[in-house]
Amino acid sequence: MAQKTTSTGRELTMSRAMVEAVADEMREDEEVFLMGEDVADYGGIFSSATGLREEFGYDRVMDVPISETSYIGAGVGAAQAGMRPIVELMFADFFGVAMDQIYNNMAKNTYMSGGAVNVPMVLTTAVGGTYNDAAQHSQTLYGTFAHLPGMKVVVPSTAHDAKGLMHSAIRDDDPVVYMFHKRLMGLGWMPSPDGPKTEVPEDPYAIPFGEADVKREGEDATVVTLGLHVHRAMDAAEALAEDGIDAEVVDLRTLTPLDTETVLESVRKTGRLVVVDEDYHSYGVTGEIVSVAAEDALADLEAVERVALPDVPIPYARPLENEVIPDADDIAAAVRATQE
Amino acid sequence: MVTARYYEERLQEEYLEGKQPAFDISAGPIPGELHLAAGHEASGAGVCAHLRDDDTVTAPHRPHHIAIAKGVDLKRMTAEIFGRETGLGKGKGGHMHLFDPDVNFACSGIIAQGCPPAVGAALAAKKRNTDGVAVAFLGEGAIDQGAFLESLNFASVQNLPVVFVVEDNDWAISMPKGRVTDVADGSKRADGFELHGARVDHDDVVDVYEAAETAIGRARDGNGPSLLEVQVHRRMGHFMGDPEEYRTDEDVERHHARDSIERLADDLRKHGVDDDELDSLREDAHERVDHAIDWAKEQPEPDPAAAYEDVYANPVARTGTEPRATAESDGGED
Repeated sequence: MAQKTTSTGRELTMSRAMVEAVADEMREDEEVFLMGEDVADYGGIFSSATGLREEFGYDRVMDVPISETSYIGAGVGAAQAGMRPIVELMFADFFGVAMDQIYNNMAKNTYMSGGAVNVPMVLTTAVGGTYNDAAQHSQTLYGTFAHLPGMKVVVPSTAHDAKGLMHSAIRDDDPVVYMFHKRLMGLGWMPSPDGPKTEVPEDPYAIPFGEADVKREGEDATVVTLGLHVHRAMDAAEALAEDGIDAEVVDLRTLTPLDTETVLESVRKTGRLVVVDEDYHSYGVTGEIVSVAAEDALADLEAVERVALPDVPIPYARPLENEVIPDADDIAAAVRATQE
Repeated sequence: MVTARYYEERLQEEYLEGKQPAFDISAGPIPGELHLAAGHEASGAGVCAHLRDDDTVTAPHRPHHIAIAKGVDLKRMTAEIFGRETGLGKGKGGHMHLFDPDVNFACSGIIAQGCPPAVGAALAAKKRNTDGVAVAFLGEGAIDQGAFLESLNFASVQNLPVVFVVEDNDWAISMPKGRVTDVADGSKRADGFELHGARVDHDDVVDVYEAAETAIGRARDGNGPSLLEVQVHRRMGHFMGDPEEYRTDEDVERHHARDSIERLADDLRKHGVDDDELDSLREDAHERVDHAIDWAKEQPEPDPAAAYEDVYANPVARTGTEPRATAESDGGED
C-alpha cells in the first residue's frame, strides 16, 4: 500500500500512532493478537498498548508471566502455526533472558527449514536512555539485533512513521523487531522533544521497509541516524545553518533492510559523512554505515565522523549519562569537523 | 519402532563411511554431529500414535524416532540429513533442524528450546478453538532448563493443550541424572505447576501408549497440560564418536538388556502374531528405510548460490545476503 499523503491536521504522539496501527490490524485480522508483560490493564509500561484490552479483551491482549523465554518462544510457535502475534519485550535490555528464542528460533527457523515455515511475528521493545535508568534499562542495542540475520529491524522516529511501519511489521511474513524509543513515545512522565508528535492520517497506511527518509536536505554534510537522534541531528542542523553549514539528515527508519541507496546518494552529494547512533561505538550501526559508504562511494568521501555511545556501560548519574549519550552539540561538532 | 531402529543403524553405517581410519567429524556422506536415539523408540511411537497431522510436535536434537513416528516424509528427511537439495530444509538445516509443516513437526538443537514453540502452537489451537494439541519432547537433561520450567508455568496458567514428554535415558552426555537433580522422578515437577504428571518407568510401548492416551486426551478435551516422563535406554553415545569412557560396562549392558522392540515382539507373539508376520513387518520397514537412503544419496547437492536464499519469506533488498562480488559462485565445484 502506498504511503498516504492526505493531511488531516490531526497530530498524535508516537505511542498513540503505534497503538492505532495495532488496533486496526487486530480489527481486520482475528489472527493478530498481542502478548507481553503489563499490556492488558496497564496498557504497556510505555503506553504501547493503551486501550487495546478495553476493545479486544484479555484473550487477544494477554498479560503473560514474567518469563520472556516462554512467551517469546510461544510467539514463535503461534506464528509458525500461522497466527500473527505481536509480542512485547518490555525493555530491549531484557533480551538476555530470552535471546535463544529470538535469534535461534524466531530468526533462523525460516532459513533452516529452507523456507518451508515462516515466522510472521512482531517483537516490540522499548529502547534508549536519557532518563537516568542506568546500565540495564537504557540501551538501544540496535546493532545487536541488526547484526543477526533473519530478523527485520525497525526504528521509528515519528508518530507518522511509527504507524506506517507498524502496519508493515504486522503484515510482514517475517519476524520484525520493532524498537521504539521511550523518549519519543509522548509519555506524560517522560517528555518528548518536539519532533516525534506529527500529523498522522486516520486511515491505515504502510511504510515499506528499506526506505530511509531524508528529513532535511543539505549540501555540506550527510548526517545518518535513527530513533531519538534524528531529532537531535535536526537540532544540530539548525544550529549549523546559523553558521552557514548546510547539513542533510537521513533517518534510516529500518536497519534491516538497510536503504544503502539513499545513504550513498547523499554521501556522493556532500562528500562528508557523520553517523550518529545511540548504541555502542564499536561493531555497530556507525561502523556499518561508514563501511557501506567506503565500499561504494570511497572516491566521494572526504571526511567521516562517528558519534555514538563510547564503549562503556551507560552510567546512572545525570552528568555521567549526559557525557556518554550524544547530544546536538556533539553532532554539530562532528559535522564541523568534517568541514575543516 | 522397527523403522526407527533400523534407520539409525543405517545412518550409523553411512555416517562412519569416510570417517575411517581417523574420525573426522566433517568428513563422509553425513557431516557434523549425529545424535542417535536407539533405545528411545517406545516413547516416540507410544506418544505419536495418538496424534494427527494437524497436531504439533517439537523434538530435541535426538529427533529421528519421533519424526518417523509423527509421519515426517522419510525420504526428504533423509535427504536433509545427507545435505541434499531436496531435503526438508534444502540442506540448510541438517539432522537437528528438521521441519515438516505437512505434519507440523520441527526439531531444534538446543536443550529445551522446543518447549516454548510447542506452547505457542497449543496457544494457537486454543485461540482458534480447535481440538489440536502440541507435544514437546525433551531429554531428562533438559528439565533443569528455564525454557522448560517457564513453559510448564505458561502452559499451566493458560490451561493449554500441550504435553511435555521427557525421555529419561539416565544421561546428559556424560552427566548422570543423579548428579544434576535430586528429583529422580522428573514428572514430579508437574506438581509445582499444578498440572497432570505421570512417569512410565520402563519403555514398554503399550504402557507409554496408555499414559500418553490420558495426557493427550486431557489436552484435546480442554483439560490442560501434562508432563509425562518415560524411562528409555541409551544404546549409543551422546553423539556418534562419543568414546563413552564415563560409562561403566555394567551401565552399557543394562541399557542393552532391555530392548523395547524385542519385548513388543514377544508381546505380539503372545497375542498370536506369528514369526512370519513379524518378519514381514521388519522387511517392510527395512525396505522403506533402504529406499529412503538410496533415494537421498541420489539427490543433488545444493547449488552454493542457494545459501543466500530463504533468510526471509519476503526477501529484503539488501544487506549482507548477496554473494560476495569477489567470490562469484563457481557452480558447485568443491
